Amino acid sequence: MDFDFTEEQRLLDETVRRLVKDEYDIPKRRSYMAAPEGFSRALWERYGELGLLGLPFAESEGGFGGSAVETMIVMESFGRGLVVEPYLASIVLGGGLVALGGSDAQRRAILPRVAAGKLLLAFAHGERQARYGLSDVETTAKKDGAGWVLEGRKGVVLNGDSAGTLIVSARTGGSSRERQGLALFLVDAKAKGVAIRGYPTVDGLRAAEITLDRVPVAGDAVLGTPGAAYPVIERIVDRAIAALAAEAVGIMETLNAVTLDYLKTRKQFGVPIGSFQALQHRMADMVIEHEQSKSMAVLAALSADLDDAAERRRVISAAKVQIGKSGRFVGQQAIQLHGGIGMTDEYAAGHYFKRLTMIDQTFGDADHHLDRFAEVALPTG
Amino acid sequence: MELAFTPEEQAFRAEVRGFIRDNLPADIQDKMLNGKKMGREDFLRWHRLLYKRGWVAPNWPVEQGGTGWTPVQRHIFEDEIAEAGAPPVIPFGVTMCGPVIIRFGDDWQKQFFLPKILSGEHVWCQGFSEPGSGSDLASLRTKAVREGDHYLVDGQKIWTTSAHFADWIFNLVRTDPGAKKQEGISFLLIDMKSPGITVKPIVTMDGGAEVNEVFFDNVKVPAKNLVGEENKGWTYAKFLLGNERTGIARVGASKRELKRLKEIVGSEREDGEPLAAKPRFRDKIAALEVELMALEITNLRMIAAMRGGKGPGPESSILKIKGSDIQQKLTELACEALGPYAMPFQREALEAGWNGEPIGPDYAAPIAPHYFNYRKVSIYGGSNEIQRNVIAKMMLGL
Repeated sequence: MDFDFTEEQRLLDETVRRLVKDEYDIPKRRSYMAAPEGFSRALWERYGELGLLGLPFAESEGGFGGSAVETMIVMESFGRGLVVEPYLASIVLGGGLVALGGSDAQRRAILPRVAAGKLLLAFAHGERQARYGLSDVETTAKKDGAGWVLEGRKGVVLNGDSAGTLIVSARTGGSSRERQGLALFLVDAKAKGVAIRGYPTVDGLRAAEITLDRVPVAGDAVLGTPGAAYPVIERIVDRAIAALAAEAVGIMETLNAVTLDYLKTRKQFGVPIGSFQALQHRMADMVIEHEQSKSMAVLAALSADLDDAAERRRVISAAKVQIGKSGRFVGQQAIQLHGGIGMTDEYAAGHYFKRLTMIDQTFGDADHHLDRFAEVALPTG
Repeated sequence: MELAFTPEEQAFRAEVRGFIRDNLPADIQDKMLNGKKMGREDFLRWHRLLYKRGWVAPNWPVEQGGTGWTPVQRHIFEDEIAEAGAPPVIPFGVTMCGPVIIRFGDDWQKQFFLPKILSGEHVWCQGFSEPGSGSDLASLRTKAVREGDHYLVDGQKIWTTSAHFADWIFNLVRTDPGAKKQEGISFLLIDMKSPGITVKPIVTMDGGAEVNEVFFDNVKVPAKNLVGEENKGWTYAKFLLGNERTGIARVGASKRELKRLKEIVGSEREDGEPLAAKPRFRDKIAALEVELMALEITNLRMIAAMRGGKGPGPESSILKIKGSDIQQKLTELACEALGPYAMPFQREALEAGWNGEPIGPDYAAPIAPHYFNYRKVSIYGGSNEIQRNVIAKMMLGL
């Protein structure tokens, strides 16, 4: 049992912390968000130069063979600074799907470009009716000669308006919500029939609604075996949840630090408001929630690649429940303890709170995952 | 980062497990697992077995009879003890008073008391709280007046666990009424057989009587029983309270209770369905299990951080708050799970050796009393509100 980083991990942690500290604050973030794609291409290239974009990929594919722990290290710091670059969308999700589901040829063709920052990916999976159901896919893929034709609509696709290549889930068989019959397709964002409506999200990121109107794709654009993509999707989404847990922990850390600082400096009734016990106890509870979340983020990272799917689901869902619950508490109380200034767009706390709130509503909220956890923890036969 | 224990640690776990399996008397295990009353002799039988094995005082230095275990080994030991339903060692001697004597006591005190704490010859209790001094412990008023080679002690202690069967009490007493409240306190060791001591049991709402009032009426205590210096007792008390915080999360015990709760909701039924399948109830158990998972890792993270030799510090307040909250919720859910069969008050069923016909399910009798009794865990050892003060002041600098 050991919670220490290796020497390499410690260096990675230091590097990313410093980078985020130097390159991120609320005004800078605002300027990155103002770019057409909603983030800084210059920073994205820096991440590439530092090796962050290839971190989870195999060395033969331009990567460094990092585990979910390395992803945790990056995402925690990205949370601290509220980074807007599409690491989750392009590296963890997009890159993860190609790395796990793709053929040798696909991996070699795509991953080195992703790792170098030359190609962005997005995972076009969610649909209007699906909410958090991972197998609720109505988009269809019909065989057409050697290739396929895709038809359907995808919703809230993270960074869907900046990706060069979309990874689209579609049904090649099976009935709606069935786990069997799903396939993943590599689709050029500029392909005929692809309509992308990008928009900002309430937490400062970008997403898109994507319409696929009889989009032809080649036979070699399928990732893995058509019809058998569900386990790949679930596994990569589990990894994304572990990454989100780390991001949430970084956010809570910053929110707590900002709030604590405010309690020590803001004076009312002639004394710092941190001298009031009601606020001290609230702050103590925020610290506890952060520690508990950190524990679950660590556990999630150490379990994200378990082959035992039931145990993996149990831990990942538990982590998502924890950060959902803790994130809500820490976020709401951070605003409350700040009073009026916490409500403003100018001040940092609100931006962190908004991202924390939307993390809960990404890939299943606390309720959704409590159900999923209970299926393993309390089997009813 | 690695969750697995090392092969050496796993071997140690197997050794502990084997020892418990081979030595824990079945009747004691039955009492522990089924919420029956534990008496002095029950605790001592197990204490003596641990003593014989050299495992009774893991927190002591090796030269005084400690084990020399790492924090991880101690955690494994406590975890196995809890999971097997072996009784904890009564903490007042081994965990609380012993380390104070080792650190601040004189040679005579070390030679006289330490071996008897280890062997179980002396059972101790803790004379801290008073009727007017709960969270504000330093306001205590029990006084000790020096007269020649002894002190005369007058006053009252309260909530004194095990006083009804203890041989000795370590007492905080006021020796300088004129000084600032923290500076006039001394740490005095008192023989419970001394004339002038009266122990009066306090029956708690669960029907149990584990705590007492202890009255001191002109009790003569030899001056050699003063630990350290006169009027420095507050320092020793703070050392005692901050010294021993591992195990405070009670993760092992809560894991055992969770397992039991799941068994209960698997057999309790409503509308022909197990309670475990009822969404409202299922949610509550699942949410609690998530909290316990997180606490287990938080606890391990703190233990791992102690490997450098430094104590856990004020962070242990986090373990106390979350740990007590989880323990209480577990007893609360078990009580809820019984439905109307939480109601029969089967006092006799909690006695050892009772062979009568239980009312309702055979696991029911201790459950509601346990729930009522466990309201204590967020009150004792520094209430959860005091723990939040500690976090605010010591960790956050508020």
